[in-house]
Amino acid sequence: MKVRENVVKIGLCSTSLMAVAALFIVVAYVFFNGAGIINLSFLLESPYRFEYGGIFPQIIGSLCLVGICLLFAVPLGVASAIYLVEYAPDNIVTASVRFFIECLAGIPSIVIGLFGLVFLVYRLGLGISMLSGGLTLGFMILPWTVRASEEAIKTVPYSYMEASLALGASKWQSIYGVILKSAYPGIITGILLGMGKAMGETAVVLLTAGSGLESFLPQSILDPVASLPVYIYMLATQGHTEASYSRAFGASLVLITMFLIISMFAMFLRNRYITRNSGF
Amino acid sequence: MNHEEIEISVKNFNLWYADNQALKNINLDIPRRRITALIGPSGCGKTSFIRCLNRMNDLIPTVRTEGEMLLNNENINHKDVDVVSLRKKVGMVFQKPNPFPSSVFENVAYGPRIHGEKNKQQLAQIVEESLKNAALWDEVRDRIDRSALSLSGGQQQRLCIARTLAVHPDIILLDEPCSALDPISTSKIEDLMVKLKEHYTIIIVTHNMQQAARVSDYTAFFLHGKIIEFDETKKLFKKPKEKSTEDYITGRFG
Repeated sequence: MKVRENVVKIGLCSTSLMAVAALFIVVAYVFFNGAGIINLSFLLESPYRFEYGGIFPQIIGSLCLVGICLLFAVPLGVASAIYLVEYAPDNIVTASVRFFIECLAGIPSIVIGLFGLVFLVYRLGLGISMLSGGLTLGFMILPWTVRASEEAIKTVPYSYMEASLALGASKWQSIYGVILKSAYPGIITGILLGMGKAMGETAVVLLTAGSGLESFLPQSILDPVASLPVYIYMLATQGHTEASYSRAFGASLVLITMFLIISMFAMFLRNRYITRNSGF
Repeated sequence: MNHEEIEISVKNFNLWYADNQALKNINLDIPRRRITALIGPSGCGKTSFIRCLNRMNDLIPTVRTEGEMLLNNENINHKDVDVVSLRKKVGMVFQKPNPFPSSVFENVAYGPRIHGEKNKQQLAQIVEESLKNAALWDEVRDRIDRSALSLSGGQQQRLCIARTLAVHPDIILLDEPCSALDPISTSKIEDLMVKLKEHYTIIIVTHNMQQAARVSDYTAFFLHGKIIEFDETKKLFKKPKEKSTEDYITGRFG
């Protein structure tokens, strides 16, 4: 019995080590291949063909796209979640809407990108632009923000709602003043996950926002915009030289780092909020 | 009873959860600025009853009521009654302390704020006054910006009372407010209730017979959704008229 326990323990331990190692290898590979190219001019200059220049427009472009995406998806997602949890009647229609949202989360991004291209870019005439890209990314992460906000709102104890109503607050005052405040850390986590997806998304952006190699900064939201994932895709598929591969890795490293920094900042906000309100 | 001013008058009141009748033909006059205790075994309808007094039962879709509950000659359960202003008049403290996960100050200021008080000084004054009235000020004055969840259970419950007082209600409903508290915190809350009845009408649901006997002026004994007996607490405990009341308060069932 004892032996069996140990075999299981060692077996599980080694598989988890392998999982960690696999992830580590990817990150380490990116790091060693990309770190060499990163310097100030790589970060602050514009690209020139595949092998020259920096990735400044790509960094700014990615940030702008994610910004528009969040501006669109977060208010809409949180509002829908509030409606679904607090107001929607408990019936078949609500259940179907929930199921539908769950299914939407599983649609491949290339399909959403195609929709963005045909509907936003051509039909609505927004063109290949920052706005089209950001909105399409927003469509992509919308189900995720709805789901995450819904879960976060559901975990707020019912006794808070009761206490607030008993003080003569209206339902909306209770939701706004108590429920959302308590759900805030969970909602932030959901937004973060969505943001991570949007930031690394390639297919959608490739179809709706720009070709990735733009060497200029967008002047308006209707201009095409560069982005890191599409830049990486272009260099990896069209470059075919050592220099372009190492640039692709450099850009990847920047992308990962940007995501880490934003995540850490959001975690910091979240934890500060939690400690301030939990009293320990 | 005749010499008392009546705050709430309940007439022929019935309540159903779907098909299940939880309150049967309740008639009760609750005197102003007195403590009225509701006692009885679990499931006898006490909590259902007080949750009608501030319409918290509205949150349960299957609830149906019949009969009258008159507060200032207005039927509380009439569909045209403004629930928000009713709940402002009829405050409630729950069984489990449920402060909001924010600071002590924010907890107490929440009510006045939603009712339109914006002036910071005014708010600070209301908070201090309410905490003093809830006998909590001296314990929290140095940590009013700390989280309410860092307080002990008894302090949290008094904070919940302070939060209720801050809205300036006429009536305070307490639903087993001490059931989750230790004896010392319990006696603090009991002292507080006795002090508060100078200005407020207090209705308390309790499973603690001694508590009812100690603090209340009037006691109603509920059983199977009916009021079996209602009288001055002294009389009811000393010389109950009904056999089942006697059995219950002497601990023979319940």
